[in-house]
Amino acid sequence: MDIRIQNLTKRYATQTAVDNISFSVKQGEILGFLGPNGAGKSTTMKMVTGYIEIGDGDILIGNQSVRTHSNELKKHIGYLPEHNPLYLDMPVIDYLHFCAALQGVPKAKIAERTRTMIRLCGLNVEKHKKIGELSKGYRQRVGLAQAMIHDPEILILDEPTTGLDPNQIVEIRQLIREMGKEKTVILSTHILPEVEATCDRILIINKGKIVADGTAEILRRQQAASEQVRIKIEDGNAEDISKALRLLPSVETVTVTDTATNRFLINCRQGVESRRELFNLCVENKWVLSEIVPMETTLEDVFRNLTLN
Amino acid sequence: MQPIWTIAKRELNSFFDSLIAYIMLVLFLGFSGFFTWLYGNDIFMVGQASLQSFFNIAYWTLFFFIPTLTMRLLAEEKKTGTIELLLTKAVTDRQVVLGKFLSTLILVAIALAFTLPYPITVGALGNLDFGQVICGYIGLLFLSSAYIAIGLFASSVTSNQIVACLLALFIGLFFHLIFHLLSNQFSGVIGQVLESLSLTSHFESMARGVVDTIDVVYFLSVTFFGLLLAEYSLTKRSIA
Repeated sequence: MDIRIQNLTKRYATQTAVDNISFSVKQGEILGFLGPNGAGKSTTMKMVTGYIEIGDGDILIGNQSVRTHSNELKKHIGYLPEHNPLYLDMPVIDYLHFCAALQGVPKAKIAERTRTMIRLCGLNVEKHKKIGELSKGYRQRVGLAQAMIHDPEILILDEPTTGLDPNQIVEIRQLIREMGKEKTVILSTHILPEVEATCDRILIINKGKIVADGTAEILRRQQAASEQVRIKIEDGNAEDISKALRLLPSVETVTVTDTATNRFLINCRQGVESRRELFNLCVENKWVLSEIVPMETTLEDVFRNLTLN
Repeated sequence: MQPIWTIAKRELNSFFDSLIAYIMLVLFLGFSGFFTWLYGNDIFMVGQASLQSFFNIAYWTLFFFIPTLTMRLLAEEKKTGTIELLLTKAVTDRQVVLGKFLSTLILVAIALAFTLPYPITVGALGNLDFGQVICGYIGLLFLSSAYIAIGLFASSVTSNQIVACLLALFIGLFFHLIFHLLSNQFSGVIGQVLESLSLTSHFESMARGVVDTIDVVYFLSVTFFGLLLAEYSLTKRSIA
């Protein structure tokens, strides 16, 4: 099932939480939903799940509108809310049975589905404990297990890996990747490496508006205004080298970062590469080019560029 | 229907797991038993085989106990955020309200079932009118359903359980007492309207063994409007 969001807007009394956004997520795609706190991520997700009413615009899930068919569509959605609220007084296994029954899993299949989810989420040791007795990481797994208990076609996960240790994060990411192959997944997070590790596509929103949409690669390229290269040259005098570098047509600015070891930071002109020219220059002057490091724009830079100001 | 029952079952389990159910049963049976059999205007003084005095006691104990049962039903879920989880499952707001209503009504029915030895004992002592007793029990169930609906509404407008409890008592007090008292102050149409809103007169006639359609309609409509308002306030999704 695809999710199509069309001109979605949500206003609260004093502010616009989501401001006219449109995007779609295809089946088999994992969409990373990024944005600073209060950008409107959770509000959008809550509208997709039918928890809060849609302001303006519409959300279509498999050609049915959430406005009119919310109750039928809920069966196809698995949702892990932010902060992962759970009934702390219930044992894990009872809770999963309860969720399965509510999601309309046939009675004969409830026990089997529960067993599957307990195995998938690594809850076997804890299954008879009350949820309130579990550590945060295990609660998070229970949250994921209840979201996927009815094998939904759509998964909406609001910060699924908060509070997990690094090993658990890797496991959960693998689980999401695995599930994401045939499902439609929207995942919100603050952890940027996570997005690169799990998501096929990234959507960044800020103040209720979409500011970027694409794969991590595309976003990085869009944001990298010009190439940056860090080099180290041996057998030469720093002043001569920097003078020569500045004369290269592809070079915009040169910063000498260390005169003793001849390290330079070069900003190239927009849209051109300078590595070839640098190499040729060194060959002509019999300098030894011992280091050349292209500086990558990280997703953090992209995020900061788009959401600060 | 299925989701309503699933939710009701979970709520009932939660009542019993958290001891609320046992405390409520002990207190209800203790109070009503003490005042019916041992103290004051008790059952032996009437000189007649009748459960009238028990019904009058239960009329008050249920008024006080039901808000303590209903206060957590929605308020707690709003506070902990589990309401979001519940309402994004394949259930409607109405099913959630009805499931919670049903669970509490079943608990009250269990409490009332434990008082069945009373009519059996009185029946053994004298010539008890069982028709009247059955009417009285039905009256108590109707009264409970009205107060549960009011309690659910109170619980739906706040995330604070104490506020929910006090609000339920406050609203309940109008039906329980104030409309009746006010109706004595007014004559004519206003008096009649107030009297017909008062729960007292409707319950009394049932406890006497008279089941009038108007009484049944009265209790059902209070229940209906309470639940309707609870559902309405739940759909608002306010977190206050």
